[in-house]
Amino acid sequence: MKSLIDGSESSLRAFLDNLPGVDKVGAEGRAAMLATRSIKTTSKAKAIDLAIKMVDLTTLEGADTPGKVKSLCAKGFRPDPTDASVPHVGAICVYNDMVEIARKHLDSIGGQDIPVAAVSTAFPSGRASMEVKLRDTKDAIEAGASEIDMVIDRGAFLSGRIGEVFEEIREIKSLCGDRAHLKVILETGELATYDNVRKASYLAMLAGADFIKTSTGKVTPAATAPVVLVMLEAVRDFYKLTGQRIGVKPAGGIRTTKDAIKQLVLVNETAGPEWLTPDLFRIGASALLNDLLMQRMKLRDGRYSGSNYVTVD
Amino acid sequence: MRLDVMKTYKLYIGGAFPRSESGRSYELKDKKGNFVANPALASRKDLRDAVVAARSAFNGWSHATAFNRGQILYRIAEMLEGRSLQFIEEISALEGVSQTSAKKQVQEAIDLWVWYAGWCDKISTSAGGTNPIAGPYYNFTIPEPLGVVGVIAEEKESLLGLTRGLAPVIAGGNTAVLIASESAPLPAITLAEVLATSDLPGGVVNILTGKRSELVPWLAGHMEVDGIDISGVAKTLDGEIKRAGSENLKRIHRFNKDVSPNRMLSFMEYKTVWHPIGI
Repeated sequence: MKSLIDGSESSLRAFLDNLPGVDKVGAEGRAAMLATRSIKTTSKAKAIDLAIKMVDLTTLEGADTPGKVKSLCAKGFRPDPTDASVPHVGAICVYNDMVEIARKHLDSIGGQDIPVAAVSTAFPSGRASMEVKLRDTKDAIEAGASEIDMVIDRGAFLSGRIGEVFEEIREIKSLCGDRAHLKVILETGELATYDNVRKASYLAMLAGADFIKTSTGKVTPAATAPVVLVMLEAVRDFYKLTGQRIGVKPAGGIRTTKDAIKQLVLVNETAGPEWLTPDLFRIGASALLNDLLMQRMKLRDGRYSGSNYVTVD
Repeated sequence: MRLDVMKTYKLYIGGAFPRSESGRSYELKDKKGNFVANPALASRKDLRDAVVAARSAFNGWSHATAFNRGQILYRIAEMLEGRSLQFIEEISALEGVSQTSAKKQVQEAIDLWVWYAGWCDKISTSAGGTNPIAGPYYNFTIPEPLGVVGVIAEEKESLLGLTRGLAPVIAGGNTAVLIASESAPLPAITLAEVLATSDLPGGVVNILTGKRSELVPWLAGHMEVDGIDISGVAKTLDGEIKRAGSENLKRIHRFNKDVSPNRMLSFMEYKTVWHPIGI
């Protein structure tokens, strides 16, 4: 990998400041245009299965219980108990203290292939000392998490302390090492402009992120189409600069099959078909899976399905 | 000289008035062959959207107090009264009946809304009750709403026919997807404007205009729909609809212009509760 910066904060700042600005109207227009693509029949069936494989099935509630996490794991492994041809999801995403429960349960039901992702670094606000953030991450990895979804310190980013943000990501990345994939949550809903989204994307990629993720899901707006477009452009251009493919994970607000398929169209048309794999594109969601299953049943049975035929989460 | 501002007759889904997702419409003429309007020709996707809207409105509407539902139904009657003239015009143009008979139809429809408004908070005591049992329990039975009910309005008597179908369904606490009369759909859409201004929560009633032959098979097979009033469908289609509806045990009923609380009960389910005495 070619080095784009020399490691100093000034070179990082110079690199980010030299990024071209985002054409807001253009980005929104293009995202809206791509959203009108019509995906039907066999393409739709393939898109649904691909989307299921890309779902990071998530529960991030204060009210989470071991029982709920276990049932989520079972659902992620076999989304439709009546149909074994439905693929399993991309990962199970939970809070730190639920990682061990999720990992053990997945292993016990045959879901060894399904990674457990833990949200980390004082999710969702990121307001804690570095010591706490590192410990948080270490705990999750030791409990069996193979993916870490960390949040950036938006306060630091917005007040221009980008060196601090960079250093945080780098430290968490070195802690993850080979043991866990690192997804960096930019929380685009708090970044105010598309230019900031582009800058934060490059910042995270330069610091060693394996994935850049839009949002925590706790802030609206979350994964809007233009934001995802800007991030996909960033990973595409980063690949051209360095030869390294970084993944993208939109999360929050993607609830219907239609939304998910729009995301896939965005990926294909922006980053390219190489990104249409769970290794490089994930969708953080909880309610989405049920809608994908209902649409799949509709294609199979020729009639619209109902919410009584999927699990209550 | 002034150009008339003609109304675009659209669908009514989830409290909003969208055009058909398909962009289609069909031409309506009065009995003399003069152009009347281009109502939307709903597609099966509009039907799906309507069912989704009805399902998400069900929790709120079925848990509203019966008294509150009654007030809202009465409010619908009030709003209808104020708009009588518009309905009379639409009915006489499309059904080819005299103003007098159109007026009679509108008045009967208004009275019917008031009648069912009264039934809202009486149905559970009239049809339910305590059961005599040999054991230390209170045992009582109450009718509860079923869920999402499809109503295929009668083809003739466009306003009165649809009121006969729709009012008992929502009075019982169900949410509805109504397929309007194909030849006279305008009163149904004008009724939607009435519903939208009657404090009826969005999605409780969803109204589609278009071809029954296109919509009814999808409605009958839809697993999210719990019952269908097929009064407006040709009898020859009964078998087909019932077969399609059997998969999720839909309640499928045909009524012969009945006006009765039994029409409410047809789309309600009895729940029996055993409660131990002394606890």
